[in-house]
Amino acid sequence: MKLKHTLLAAIGLAFAAAAHADLNVGVVVSATGPAASLGIPEKNTIALMPATIGGEKVNYIVLDDASDTTTAVKNIRKLLSEDKVDVVVGSTITPNSLAMIDVTAEAATPMISMAASARIVEPIDDKKRWVFKTPQNDAQMSTAIIEHMTSNGVKTVAFIGFADAYGEGWYEQFKSVAEARKLQIVANERFNRTDTSVTGQVLKVMAAKPDAVLIAGSGTPSALPQKTLKERGYAGKYYQTHGVANNDFLRVCGKDCEGTFLPAGPVLVAAQLPDSNPVKKAALEYINKYEAAHGKGSVSTFGAHAWDAGVLLQAAVPVALKKAKPGTKEFRAALRDALEGVKETAGAHGIFNMSATDHLGFDQRARVMVQIQNGGWKLVQ
Amino acid sequence: MDFQIALLLGQDGITNGAIYALLALALVLVFAVTRVIFIPQGEFVAYGALTLAMLQAGAVPATVWLLAGLGAVAAVLDGRGALQSGNAKKLPGIVGWNLAYPLALAGVLMALPVKELPLAVQVLLALAVVVPMGPYLYRVVYQPIAAAPVLILLIVSVAVHVGMVGLGLLFFGAEGQRTPAFSDARFEVGPLLVSGQTIWVIVASIALIAALYQFFERTLYGKALRATAINRVGAQLMGISPALAGKLTFVLAAFIGALSGVLIAPITTIYYDTGFLIGLKGFVAAIIGGLGSYPIAAIGAVLVGLLEAFSSFWASAYKEVIVFTLIIPVLLWRSLTSHHLEEEE
Repeated sequence: MKLKHTLLAAIGLAFAAAAHADLNVGVVVSATGPAASLGIPEKNTIALMPATIGGEKVNYIVLDDASDTTTAVKNIRKLLSEDKVDVVVGSTITPNSLAMIDVTAEAATPMISMAASARIVEPIDDKKRWVFKTPQNDAQMSTAIIEHMTSNGVKTVAFIGFADAYGEGWYEQFKSVAEARKLQIVANERFNRTDTSVTGQVLKVMAAKPDAVLIAGSGTPSALPQKTLKERGYAGKYYQTHGVANNDFLRVCGKDCEGTFLPAGPVLVAAQLPDSNPVKKAALEYINKYEAAHGKGSVSTFGAHAWDAGVLLQAAVPVALKKAKPGTKEFRAALRDALEGVKETAGAHGIFNMSATDHLGFDQRARVMVQIQNGGWKLVQ
Repeated sequence: MDFQIALLLGQDGITNGAIYALLALALVLVFAVTRVIFIPQGEFVAYGALTLAMLQAGAVPATVWLLAGLGAVAAVLDGRGALQSGNAKKLPGIVGWNLAYPLALAGVLMALPVKELPLAVQVLLALAVVVPMGPYLYRVVYQPIAAAPVLILLIVSVAVHVGMVGLGLLFFGAEGQRTPAFSDARFEVGPLLVSGQTIWVIVASIALIAALYQFFERTLYGKALRATAINRVGAQLMGISPALAGKLTFVLAAFIGALSGVLIAPITTIYYDTGFLIGLKGFVAAIIGGLGSYPIAAIGAVLVGLLEAFSSFWASAYKEVIVFTLIIPVLLWRSLTSHHLEEEE
């Protein structure tokens, strides 16, 4: 009797699974740990993504990797083997995303990363042909800064960055573009996220008398060099990177950050974009949805990277559905091809034009220069 | 590097060194009296600063609930001990100190418009929340294992540190906080521009060191602590309770930590995990003093501060490495010059 019941239940389940060949999206975010301030808005954004795409019900299976690479790999294995996901979104940070590539490529499943490093999708090889990403490359952002500097009469610049991969990566990118544009880097200093004083670095920078200073840090720690520079009376131009584009930075840096320039995704200043800008509509849609759910002023640019992953899926899934049903190997391959074929699709951060050699697909429309004015972000024309 | 830059770096180094000196003194004190190498010392710095920041943001700081939790556990432990030894009349005192105080404090914080109060009152409230954590922590964690070897005490300290950092993330979030300066005054001394807060840090550190000196030289409790530090068993035979000495030491350590945090919060951004590195630099200074000498530890702290400031100028990427490498020649010199054998093991 018992066996019969079990059998019936199993058959029922099998039919249920067959009848609902839902699209399963596996999501890995760093909702806790050091990258939590990036991962939490991403997680919130996943909850706002469409419940059906191309007539198929979508299941989002969200796992937290605690900003830890080992956990990210464990999560991705679980998503692929137990949940049989069709596509993976994640992870929040570069090391985790890099570690996940091997696993997803082995399972021939497309993956859309929300981490910034260009290394995630370049150069495209057998493994990375399965990987896409939504955040802008640092190179694009440093080009924006250098263009702004050269067109504003800056000849010499000092660099202060994190004493880790973030600062080092920025310095390499920045240096190569700066050299090409005849911009002279007169100082190259490092500080730690946990430092309580950066006086030494700041004095060295000021001794070099640069026209501008670029501070390459992310989040609230980047406020310390700027505050120290202000305190010592440095009167040149201040530049920060897009890593500081959140409200916590404005709160901690306060009036010392007035007038600072930084590059950012257009979503940061969406309301100020001209109506002709194709990104404006997509970005405002995201902001309105997010703020309706989490309150005014709660939106961050990091969550928009998750939203853009959803935008890519909405463009690619209907194309892939014409070739195969979700849950099959053929569908995953078709989805990969469809993602690579996404053209002129507007996300919150820019316009995607994917190709076989470019799995990011952003052009200069994916960045704007922003200035901090009256404790808010102001678009620089 | 010209003379002016050297002066500015020296000023920065001495400001930081003053804080490291306070922490080094607390570490030496705790080690001398209880043999605990107090790794979580830095957490009191972060808790003090972040509790103040939360008060200023108009929120009831979550640390007060941690205080209530620790107090409750301490009350159960003390209450059980009192009942078992038939000292029921001690119970009101135990409950009052361990349970009623944190709850009353929480009530006060909820009732008062903390956001509008003057800065001095906010600082006092922040200290009132964080400082009692010291003795509660001693009662709950260290008193039951007071006789354990130094290594066990060290391992427990590491566990307490990890726990407190985790709770700090839960209470205060991952992003940093800053508090307004005690004074916006600025003084020009020759080529130097000295901010009011810098003077606050240095004056408060010197005042605290002087007060500690008076406490240890002139008061009965201070002398009792010194006696315990020199010879625990002898002090106990003279009627000095080791539990009381331990609690008193932890009151002082928590007070020094929280005050340091409040002092530096306007100068730098404080994160839930900032305390560890600050505490570690205080520890380097304490090691220079051999975990036994207060004056050498204080001088060592200023040395650490200056070394940090100058190495951040010459080789910013290697600053921490340079500071922490300082410990190697000190340890070498100490192991070559000291001939006494460890009393333990």
